[in-house]
Amino acid sequence: MLRCVGIVVPNKMVIPAKTGILIKIILKKMAHEHKLEIFRGLWKFKSNTAKIWGVLAFLTFITIIEVALGIVKPESLMGMFLGMKILNWIFIILTIVKAYYITWDFMHMRDEVKALRRMVVWTAIFLILYLIFILLQEGGYIETVYSSGFVKRDF
Amino acid sequence: MNTTVATGTEGKTWGGGNKPLTASYGKMMMWFFIVSDALTFSGFLAAYGFSRFKFIDSWPIADEVFTHFPFLHGVEAPMYYVAFMTFVLIMSSVTMVLAVDAGHHMNKAKVTIYMFLTVIGGIIFVGSQAWEWNTFIKGEFGAVQTKGGNILQFVDAEGHRVAVADFAKVETGTRTQHESKNGLWFVDEGALPAYTMDEINNGLAAHPEVLVRTQIINEAGKKTVLSREESVKQLKENGRLFVQGANLHVNEYGSPLFADFFFFITGFHGFHVLSGVIINIIIFFNVILGTYERRKSYEMVEKVGLYWHFVDLVWVFVFTFFYLV
Repeated sequence: MLRCVGIVVPNKMVIPAKTGILIKIILKKMAHEHKLEIFRGLWKFKSNTAKIWGVLAFLTFITIIEVALGIVKPESLMGMFLGMKILNWIFIILTIVKAYYITWDFMHMRDEVKALRRMVVWTAIFLILYLIFILLQEGGYIETVYSSGFVKRDF
Repeated sequence: MNTTVATGTEGKTWGGGNKPLTASYGKMMMWFFIVSDALTFSGFLAAYGFSRFKFIDSWPIADEVFTHFPFLHGVEAPMYYVAFMTFVLIMSSVTMVLAVDAGHHMNKAKVTIYMFLTVIGGIIFVGSQAWEWNTFIKGEFGAVQTKGGNILQFVDAEGHRVAVADFAKVETGTRTQHESKNGLWFVDEGALPAYTMDEINNGLAAHPEVLVRTQIINEAGKKTVLSREESVKQLKENGRLFVQGANLHVNEYGSPLFADFFFFITGFHGFHVLSGVIINIIIFFNVILGTYERRKSYEMVEKVGLYWHFVDLVWVFVFTFFYLV
């Protein structure tokens, strides 16, 4: 007899294939099973603990790159791209990479169902991008008003 | 008498027997709280971005502001301390996720140890932030605020900062602070600045090697240093107030808005860390008391874990936008 999360299945009962898969999925979730690979399967781990240390190594690596770039500030990355220094774009992209691995592996978003993932991530990303767009656009506009001499600030 | 109403659907989908998205109620609600909190923090950070874009040509350079490291006085160590803080918080995230993992295996001893380490990591982080605030508030070199609210700093010929205390000519017999007991009883005056403008002006005149640096960023991405004549003229004509350190009104490093946002955003984050530490301590004692052992589930650890990781996640962004970009 299989008892778990309110599902009671007698031993000899024939379960239709579809229901069987559903039960399997639910059982898998309840057993806290983790997907033990990152980088789309490029780096596989033997246990969840090993995965945690692997992700830590990766996050530390990225932080070290960030700090090194922040201290050295290579001249070659000072060019502008889409209104911002290339170096700043690199920082922002590395931050999002870090955020992805914290959410996916430390917060176990990787193991949640697709609908929950999208509810949380897409909502936040959409609203944040919208907010950033309007505020930075407006800030840039006010800056042009200041710098084109209509407002005196340097006195 | 039994007050519960049996509907005959208990344990079925419409009777609450189904777990939507195969996540438990508590976990899902924690996720939704995290979404709303993430939006709050992005509101703050976007407002910071707004102000920064507004004053893009004069915003303080973080590398020049946060250059201190505990026990290393006078050594310029930009970023190292905040990198250490970031690492501490990531490490405490790791111990948290290890506690969650141990909870899945119903290993009480391991959950206890990892929860303890997580709390310690959180305390170290909050302490570091307090130190960072203290250093920022105290300031180091001092500067002069102009009529327009801009900041004039002092540098030597090589461009190194010079402390106002090193060149200002202190005069005796300057006026004392007005108090209600020695003057008008209905008028208050805050503490007087350590140096009057006369003292700084005379000091600058007597030290030909000292130059004034404005907060305007030039093409090379550095703050503009004025020539000797311009320095003396600018300070004499526009200098109004000696400022040391930063608070919500003045900021010796540049725009007061920078200090306002720094205090507000890192303060709000620090408050999250503090509440996270307190919640973690509560859970830690629950683990020791065996509450979750009796409940046969360590899901509570998982839920506070989500919150704790979120705090780490926010710090990753604060770190980028305050210290790196």
